[in-house]
Amino acid sequence: MIEVKDLTKYYVKNKALDHVSFSLKEGEILGFLGPNGAGKSTTMNIITGYLSSDSGSVKIDGIDVLEDPKEAKKRIGYLPEQPPLYNDMTVQKYLEFMFKLKKVRLPMKEHLNTICEQVKISDVKGKIIKHLSKGYRQRVGLAQALLGDPPVLILDEPTVGLDPIQIVEIRKLIRDLGKQHTVILSSHLLSEVQAVCDKILIINHGKIVADELTSSITQTGSSTVSLELIIEGRRQTIHSMLQKVDGVIKVTDKGECERGCYEFRVDSRRDVRRLIFRAFAKSDFAILSMHPVEQSLEDIYLDIITGKTDTEEAS
Amino acid sequence: MSAIFKREFGSYFSSPVGYAVLAAYMFFSGIFFYVQCLFLGSSSMTMVFQQMFFIVLFVIPLITMRTFSEEKRQKTEQALLTAPVGIPSIVGAKFLSSLAMFALCLCSYIIEGVALSFMTQPDWSVIIGNVFAMAILGSSFIAMGLFISSLTESAIVAAIVSFVLNVLISIMDTISGTVSWDALTNITNAISFQKKYNNFSLGLISLSDVMFFVSVTFIFLFLTDRVIERRRWA
Repeated sequence: MIEVKDLTKYYVKNKALDHVSFSLKEGEILGFLGPNGAGKSTTMNIITGYLSSDSGSVKIDGIDVLEDPKEAKKRIGYLPEQPPLYNDMTVQKYLEFMFKLKKVRLPMKEHLNTICEQVKISDVKGKIIKHLSKGYRQRVGLAQALLGDPPVLILDEPTVGLDPIQIVEIRKLIRDLGKQHTVILSSHLLSEVQAVCDKILIINHGKIVADELTSSITQTGSSTVSLELIIEGRRQTIHSMLQKVDGVIKVTDKGECERGCYEFRVDSRRDVRRLIFRAFAKSDFAILSMHPVEQSLEDIYLDIITGKTDTEEAS
Repeated sequence: MSAIFKREFGSYFSSPVGYAVLAAYMFFSGIFFYVQCLFLGSSSMTMVFQQMFFIVLFVIPLITMRTFSEEKRQKTEQALLTAPVGIPSIVGAKFLSSLAMFALCLCSYIIEGVALSFMTQPDWSVIIGNVFAMAILGSSFIAMGLFISSLTESAIVAAIVSFVLNVLISIMDTISGTVSWDALTNITNAISFQKKYNNFSLGLISLSDVMFFVSVTFIFLFLTDRVIERRRWA
């Protein structure tokens, strides 16, 4: 559905993008992750045809954005970092304008109503955009992107400025949209990408540093397996018992959590849950909880970003 | 294209700009009409049109100042440029909406002509010819104003620069009159707006003068298109 090949972009002499390539199939949600100034917005602006690249190509549904921009743009709904809103118009007038601007061939009234319902702005339709709060402005921007049901949605930090309840709603909406649309969304919130996206792309200094499925990136982060346990009993004994289990590298005492119960973190080379269970089944100490700790995307993200910069500085 | 035109034209009246421009234009045209026609008792509006030339110089920058600068400042140009419309249609729509706004101003002459008709028989062919002349002069200034507006993010800067440019172009032949250098005089005469416009207001409509204003309009619209296109590559 989206094919990005070798995008390179210079701002004067600054290399903003360096051979960025990726592709997306229909119905996938891609999370674009990276620190500020990494090239997320630049990439999105190039895909939507707002900027042009110095080299490389972008194909939407097989249509080259440079060769046939009008057809390609018809297939894209774009929410830029700052929603493109005309402050002096009412929400209704603005959406009608965007509807016509995008040359949508759907019954206007019903279509606008459905979209307003979807992003929950029906109650502010008559208001002038200037008077809307940040959250509403963001949602009007999202509504504008959804006009005409484009197969590709490109959302640049769609949840910025929303309150926690709205964030949850919008994420759910994006996930729902992802069933029929191909979505690219950028964010510097890792939890967001983790919650919404199938695929994740980490970009730093204009280069793609990681391109994987969200599930596999969290699993293959490191070779050690970590467990968190809460065990009732004598602290010292538990500690030494855990250490004696075959395969355990490190036991960390995280302190008392309830009266007489202690929390431990166990790092091991392989899955030791059964061994721990058997070891404690023989004693009178009770395991109250035991669960594996997935290395969070946050850790991996920081590893990748800081790791890259370290090696770059070294070289 | 029609969507942009409608929004643009509507935006003049969702802010005070449209009303202010209209009021200022009609105010001056009314004063000149009063002095030249009613006070002096003449049925010829030629002098009104000649004096209005200088009002057009500062009214048109007010009409065009926000066209592109405001889009840039509010980041709404991202919506326009990622929509399935070409840059020429965007420029064209904005040009036409500014021209339509200016055409509203020109209605003042029709009102004045009607006022005259109560007292005497006005020469409608001269009035219509002059309105046409002013429209075609206006379209050149509008194209220049759009071009300036596309270069900046500030409406105020756009207004001031286009105003200065308009004045400079208009008084060029006055300046060159003080210098006795034939080559310079020839050049300034060739590009003088005022000289050609004054021919119109005297009732001398020549094809070459019309073509001059039409070409200036197209050149600046083309340059505007290039400025916007170029920004994509910056």
